[in-house]
Amino acid sequence: MSASATADIAATDAAMQGPTPGRDFYVRGEHHPENGTLLGFWLYLMSDCLVFAVLFACYGVLGRNYAAGPSGADLFDLKLVAINTGFLLASSITYGFAMLEMQQNHKGTTLFWLFVTGCFGAAFLALELYEFWHLIHEGATPQRSAFLSSFFTLVGTHGLHVTFGCIWLVTLMVQVIKHGLIPANRRRLICLSMFWHFLDVVWIGVFTFVYLMGSLA
Amino acid sequence: MTPAHQAPESVLFGRLSLEAIPYHEPILLATFAVAALGGIGVFAAITYFRLWAWLWREWITSIDHKKIGIMYMILGLIMLLRGFADALMMRLQQAIAFGGAEGYLPPHHYDQIFTAHGVIMIFFVAMPFVTGLMNYLVPLQIGARDVAFPFLNNFSFWMTTAGAVLVMVSLFVGEFATTGWLAYPPLSGIYSSPGVGVDYYIWALQIAGVGTTLSGVNLIATIVKMRAPGMTMMRMPVFTWTALCSNVLIVASFPVLGATLALLSLDRYVGTNFFTNDLGGSAMMYVNLIWIWGHPEVYILILPAFGVFSEVVAAFCGKRLFGYASMVYATVVITILSYLVWLHHFFTMGSGASVNSFFGITTMIISIPTGAKIFNWLFTMYKGRIRFDLPMMWTVSFMITFTIGGMTGVLLAVPPADFVLHNSLFLIAHFHNVIIGGVLFGMFAGIYFWWPKAFGFRLDPFWGKVSFWCWTVGFYFAFMPLYVLGLMGVTRRMSKFDDPSLQIWFVIAAIGALMILGGIAAFLVQIFVSFMKREELKDETGDPWNARTLEWSTSSPPPPYNFAFTPIVHDLDAWWDMKRRGYIRPTEGFIPIHMPKNTGAGFVLAVIATIAGFALIWHIWWLAVAGFVALVATAIVHTFNYKRDFHIPASEVVETEDARTKLLAARA
Repeated sequence: MSASATADIAATDAAMQGPTPGRDFYVRGEHHPENGTLLGFWLYLMSDCLVFAVLFACYGVLGRNYAAGPSGADLFDLKLVAINTGFLLASSITYGFAMLEMQQNHKGTTLFWLFVTGCFGAAFLALELYEFWHLIHEGATPQRSAFLSSFFTLVGTHGLHVTFGCIWLVTLMVQVIKHGLIPANRRRLICLSMFWHFLDVVWIGVFTFVYLMGSLA
Repeated sequence: MTPAHQAPESVLFGRLSLEAIPYHEPILLATFAVAALGGIGVFAAITYFRLWAWLWREWITSIDHKKIGIMYMILGLIMLLRGFADALMMRLQQAIAFGGAEGYLPPHHYDQIFTAHGVIMIFFVAMPFVTGLMNYLVPLQIGARDVAFPFLNNFSFWMTTAGAVLVMVSLFVGEFATTGWLAYPPLSGIYSSPGVGVDYYIWALQIAGVGTTLSGVNLIATIVKMRAPGMTMMRMPVFTWTALCSNVLIVASFPVLGATLALLSLDRYVGTNFFTNDLGGSAMMYVNLIWIWGHPEVYILILPAFGVFSEVVAAFCGKRLFGYASMVYATVVITILSYLVWLHHFFTMGSGASVNSFFGITTMIISIPTGAKIFNWLFTMYKGRIRFDLPMMWTVSFMITFTIGGMTGVLLAVPPADFVLHNSLFLIAHFHNVIIGGVLFGMFAGIYFWWPKAFGFRLDPFWGKVSFWCWTVGFYFAFMPLYVLGLMGVTRRMSKFDDPSLQIWFVIAAIGALMILGGIAAFLVQIFVSFMKREELKDETGDPWNARTLEWSTSSPPPPYNFAFTPIVHDLDAWWDMKRRGYIRPTEGFIPIHMPKNTGAGFVLAVIATIAGFALIWHIWWLAVAGFVALVATAIVHTFNYKRDFHIPASEVVETEDARTKLLAARA
């Protein structure tokens, strides 16, 4: 090793070395790291968003492959879907009311608005099931063409999410009734709130790209 | 193999019947006998030594990230033995099936073996190894007590294991896919693959994929939210940085795999037309989607290995890592670029010159940040006081081997060259070169480096060196011939050959595989020998390598709470800084420590998922529905458990810390 290199190392060592009195190397009490639940749930939502991205991509690529079968313009009943969209958007607003009540610490009204949200969600699902039943009845089944495969899968996956949202909502209502608006339950309500609004945003994409643009084609 | 699909389906058992047991296949029967005997032996031993309660309490229900990390490593090791057995069988078959000889494996069986080999090595060897290391190390490196969601961590591990169990079950009940490890349709569609093989593939990966995605979410939240005070992003150890990037890739790619496999299952189960040849389906859609997951996946595996090498080089050269910031930026750039190259896996699909050029160029660009990393490691070694212990030996072997693999990769990135080499053994040689030479060597470097931390004793160097040389030399013998064969135009996945002049290369490759077998055997012997000599190899300091990051500041193995007091970080290489600046280990004033409680919910959920997966594979619909309902119900019941934490009493902390104080005093 050359003399200058040795000197270099010695110089760096001197800069880095040496006891530093008065420096704290550990927390002398309990350290509370931040709660990661909301970030974690957000990350989960983004991963879920990718699932929808794949389904949208499939619809984008396969959505005009009618295989001599019916197209969106033949099938979609825009009025029905508009009502359904109304239900879902309304449910997001009522969930917002529930969150406002939660912040006021009003257990009863929080539960009331959660119940209303659940009713809108159930109405949405009922109309969607009716629409699916109607389409299948007309012979427009998921097996008929790649367009219908990707349509049913995209819309159905969204519906499945709403179904789970409803089950979750009921579970949370029971937990709020049982334990009140304790911090754990508040955190859970915030998570479900993000989930619910996320599904709303996805539905706006579905309504625009699948139904509106599909009806034009 | 059994044509299970031809059997009529019963309500009670679906398409499962005694026909599904391959009792007429001597190889499988012998394997089953050995596995059954081994299983009975383990079961009997656990019962004899009355270890069930201990196993349940201390391991199966444990939410301690360290124990879960170790369990991931054990899973990876067990599956490595299975995946490597497949590799040996293929090498033997290809070495003898020449000039009219059929070899000993019928094509249908051979196809299952290469599919299972790929699936197992990627999903159930490399992934558990990488996830295991990240789980063990990340909380320790950032000065945390556990991960952000300890229960979820346990659940993720058991879901991964559930996937591995399904793959293993396919060996003895029914068959595995014969499609190759990515199961391209239309071959994997219901018309070409009506049996249960592809369904085993789908549900094993789907269940394991849930675990992987959630583990990714967990570790990101851990790194973002739970770093010790003072540890800014640019003070994080490089391994933690690579873990962060790797987990970002997991969360951003595994959902794509899940969705794609779900669409394939819809095609197979419901009769939709996503990837079929008729009614508007597009098989190329599948190939695009699966590689949008598949390419990031290889970076999910290699980035943490890069992290390991960075830690090892710095520790064993006694120097701060050269170019920390550039290492971080290189990692982030690789993370982003890994999303822009997927199409290079199918240049021959015919996307046209412009598209191919774009993806060819992005692929070549990835070699720039990767090259920067290699230079950073070399410059760290330059004028360092290098100690050639085992982790460093693996690192040097990696740098040489990986560079060769990287160069053949850049060669394959050139679309016209790829048209010649596509689907050939050249490609096989290339990706084994980077995955073995990169990921696996990295995992070995990591295991040797952190073993003393996890178990309190070092691994015996003699057997480690035997293993190292067998692996390194064996690798070159096993894969360099495949480069030659690939350049001669030999395609992959062939079970027999006509041209006798090729045979010598396959024989050399088989000899290489046998050397690697020696390497694996030596590794197992080494663990056994080291365990027997554990008193002699004991590490009482907690810092046997004079290393630099926070995990070395606590005892080996660390106490359940990791750190009696949360460390405060003032510099990169926090522990090195503490050592230099006169840190004195606290010996009094301990307080109770808040910790998460163990739970069996994750294990129960994974068992139900395995049963539901099995039912779906065999079309046992009532059981699938019951399993699904049970899954949801168990999850809901679990959410009604609000008492998920407890305090380790101060007296227990005092006891643990005093024992260490005495130990350290006795040494001094």
